[in-house]
Amino acid sequence: MQTFDLEENGLRALNEALHAQADDTNQTAWEIVNAKGSHAIAVGLDAPIEVTVKGSTGYYCAGMNKQATVNIHGSAGPGVAENMMSGKVVIEGDASQYAGATGHGGLLVIKGNAASRCGISMKGINIVVHGNIGHMSAFMAQSGNLVVCGDAGDALGDSCYEARLFVRGEVKSLGADCEKKEMRPEHIEILKDLLEQAGSDAKPEEFTRYGSARNLYNFDVDNSGAY
Amino acid sequence: MCGIVGLFLKDKSLEPQLGDMLTDMLITMTDRGPDSAGIAIYGDDESGTSKLTVQSDEADTLFPHLAETLTIEIGAPVSLSRKDTHAVLTIASDKVADVRKALKKMDGVRLMSRGDTLEIYKEVGLPKDVAARFEVSKMSGSHGIGHTRMATESAVTTMGAHPFNTGDDQCLVHNGSLSNHNSLRRKLAREGVYTETQNDTEVAAAYLTWRMQEGDTLGEALESSLDDLDGFFTFVVGTKDGFGVVRDPIACKPAVMAETDQYVAFGSEYRALVNLPGIEDARVWEPEPATVYFWNH
Repeated sequence: MQTFDLEENGLRALNEALHAQADDTNQTAWEIVNAKGSHAIAVGLDAPIEVTVKGSTGYYCAGMNKQATVNIHGSAGPGVAENMMSGKVVIEGDASQYAGATGHGGLLVIKGNAASRCGISMKGINIVVHGNIGHMSAFMAQSGNLVVCGDAGDALGDSCYEARLFVRGEVKSLGADCEKKEMRPEHIEILKDLLEQAGSDAKPEEFTRYGSARNLYNFDVDNSGAY
Repeated sequence: MCGIVGLFLKDKSLEPQLGDMLTDMLITMTDRGPDSAGIAIYGDDESGTSKLTVQSDEADTLFPHLAETLTIEIGAPVSLSRKDTHAVLTIASDKVADVRKALKKMDGVRLMSRGDTLEIYKEVGLPKDVAARFEVSKMSGSHGIGHTRMATESAVTTMGAHPFNTGDDQCLVHNGSLSNHNSLRRKLAREGVYTETQNDTEVAAAYLTWRMQEGDTLGEALESSLDDLDGFFTFVVGTKDGFGVVRDPIACKPAVMAETDQYVAFGSEYRALVNLPGIEDARVWEPEPATVYFWNH
């Protein structure tokens, strides 16, 4: 276990040390102490290592992650796991706005609540939120799965493409062109797997699926008055 | 950008440390707003007296005689306590209007705040320098609000810095930018509420002042700001006995709150709160969009 004191050694030294890890590194476990809400912790990792951050993080923790597992023992500031490619990010507390934004792959688990714009423009990432999510979540979501064990705020899935949105609780309102969808056996299977990976004991059958009504895919002259 | 910090003490034993804690929080927010900084602090309430905080770029020339000049002008004692470019005038509460009238006629002296307990200090410069000039860390009080500014809508000047005084013992700080401030400024002028600068936040402050003149409570004024102000904002407002928070419905400007048995704290980022006592066990959350929060003593 490598322990890194962020306050003492600074962010640049931390990220350089983490970036220096190769695929076959034997320094596979890292613990970061004195995070104190700092920005850009463990950004741009590309090695099969496990990083645990003790405390809460500021902007953009674990952004652009590849392969690595990042655990945050606290809450995360805006843009956590933004543009993740692969790997896993687990937040024990809450996440601020645009968690998992534009993510292409990997799994983001938020054990508390997520604020607004969770999964905005997601492009293949899987996100599981144990609590609730805020407004405008999954805006323009393109692919991947967003699983919400609690409630969703206003305008869920506005202008979304082919991402699957699963919500167990209430949805305050659906965004433009987002609609309730049928839960088929394959969706139950996807959900079961994601909930298991995220350590949630929620039952897949309790969720409702939402997705694109696909009415915005093509220009409709009847809508021209709305532009 | 801009950074906001706020601290409302529930535990009176922390009051002597208020300025020290706020200074630390303010300096942490330097990279969100390095061009100006300001602080509003609520101190002791001495019955029958009120405070006016004034500022002058020619403090060395004007302040030594200011108390004496005003005393003669209004026919009642005025005492002055200077801190760098600012000075707090203490007067009998029933003489506030007279002093304000006298100050209006003076060149080079600007009113920063009025009230029974509120003092506002703000200047251009790095937050650490501004805090040092006014010796904020030595101040005690029941609650206070600080702001670090990164100007977007108007010039970097003392009068463009936050907090803004909106009424007796009331102040406002803002993170964001308003897009309808010009039309609202004209509308307010028609109602007889005038602003001094081209600053968008000053318009928001004037708007709240106007709503309260029309009979709204501060809470109601903040509720109606959600309808009438267009743009991005996280506002923190101070009152004589507490403070409030409101974010616009889109809520893209950050806000974090923490509460313990000893205090309620606000920060634009969690970083600003990390040195507060007992923060590890505090309830930490993000205020909801379009929701008015208030804490009172």
